[in-house]
Amino acid sequence: MKTLTAALVWLVCSSAVSADSLRLAVTTSFENSGLADVLLPAIKRELDLNVELLVVGTGQALRLGQAGDVDALLVHAPSAEAAFVASGHGASRREIMYNDFIVLGPKNDPGQISQSHSASQAFVALAKGSAPFVSRGDDSGTHKAERALWENSDLEIEEFGPWYLETGSGMGAALNTASAMGAYVLSDRASWLNFGNQDDLEIVFQGDAALFNQYSFIAVDPTRHDHVKFKLANNLEDWLVGESARELVDSYELNGARLFTHNAKF
Amino acid sequence: MTEIWDGITQAFFLVVSFDPDLVSITGRSLRVTVTAVLIASLIALPFGAWLAVRRFRFRRWAIALLNALMGLPPVVVGLIVYLLLSRSGPFGVLDLLFTPTAMIIAQVVIITPLIASIAHQALRELWAEYHDLLISLNTTKWQRMQILLWDGRRALITAALAGFGRAIGEVGAIMIVGGNIDNVTRVLTTAIALETGRGDFALALGLGFVLIGLSITVNLIIHGLSRTEQEGRW
Repeated sequence: MKTLTAALVWLVCSSAVSADSLRLAVTTSFENSGLADVLLPAIKRELDLNVELLVVGTGQALRLGQAGDVDALLVHAPSAEAAFVASGHGASRREIMYNDFIVLGPKNDPGQISQSHSASQAFVALAKGSAPFVSRGDDSGTHKAERALWENSDLEIEEFGPWYLETGSGMGAALNTASAMGAYVLSDRASWLNFGNQDDLEIVFQGDAALFNQYSFIAVDPTRHDHVKFKLANNLEDWLVGESARELVDSYELNGARLFTHNAKF
Repeated sequence: MTEIWDGITQAFFLVVSFDPDLVSITGRSLRVTVTAVLIASLIALPFGAWLAVRRFRFRRWAIALLNALMGLPPVVVGLIVYLLLSRSGPFGVLDLLFTPTAMIIAQVVIITPLIASIAHQALRELWAEYHDLLISLNTTKWQRMQILLWDGRRALITAALAGFGRAIGEVGAIMIVGGNIDNVTRVLTTAIALETGRGDFALALGLGFVLIGLSITVNLIIHGLSRTEQEGRW
């Protein structure tokens, strides 16, 4: 019985983490892009910091930050981020890098989306419903961007027919669904390039300024949550806007295509 | 269909090459679940025995409730444990959220009713057999429970293994309270969910086969150790 108790104590206690570590909530699109696998080892090497990634939608990431369950966020929903900082949950918002959203669809393009000249035209064409459209539906950054795009084209999501499918899932799961159904879907470019199950999907629309996708870093405000590692979060922010991050982000390529562009200002 | 074959080959290579990530993820899966099963058994087995021996007014209700709790939805358990352990929750100061300990807590909550219920079923039948003897020997309640627990140990191992099976394959709760953090709280099931999200079905399936293999191995080892098949009687 004593050995059993000792074993239990060991099993429960050895889970404690010792080295300097920081919890960072990131969006599924950032994690699925594979950039984390490049940045985290460099951060470990240069800052001696273990960054623990919590991969969630931007909506949930903001919730985690609000509750003080993470030390910092790397998200992509500018207006929600501004509100988060304005209400005192985040210390400051720092733009780090960008990529763009793309509209994906089946290769035969039944809605002829590829002939659109602007994002708003493309979304009007999508709303004709000639093929299903898979929406993230999880209040993530991509979902917020998608809603803004419908709004830009003066379209009401509530009035959409059964072709509009809210999956309530991460980027990869939404891509899997679209791929299996021959549906259209809005994705960030990085997740798409790193996605293994592309199948019959291809890019049907890209390159409009409305599809710009900015990623920002927010440290959780320590005045509300005195346990958050604000100093470490600041160190990480300084590193992310710095030179070595710029080189790593700008040189990160998949199949010859560049995924992100670093645009942080000092 | 090729994906299933790819999955099998992936699983084979992952295991043969002793992939370090796979080893650490598998180790963590085992550690979390084995700890949860041990803790849950320490609570559930005596409780099951107590329920078999003891007669009280709301016994029927307690048993019905216990059986109903076997079907606790893991996602809801995860959400409740998350809210309790969150920094904004009542136990936030313990700083347990997104640690293996939080995952163990969630799994204990999920499997304790299951183990207790199966244990109770088995011990109730044993109790019907032992009832007259133990009463005539004028044993105390505590002695009766001890005897039942010892003589029913084989059935109780099955109860614990059922709990193990439910916990090792569980993903909803531990995803919420563990956060699927690489090298900290990533286990086999959450890794499978992650790779499916990345569209890497072969690797996801490969990890799935490793998980199934692990479950079978643990069951075989336990049954081997307890010699269920060698002896016909208690």
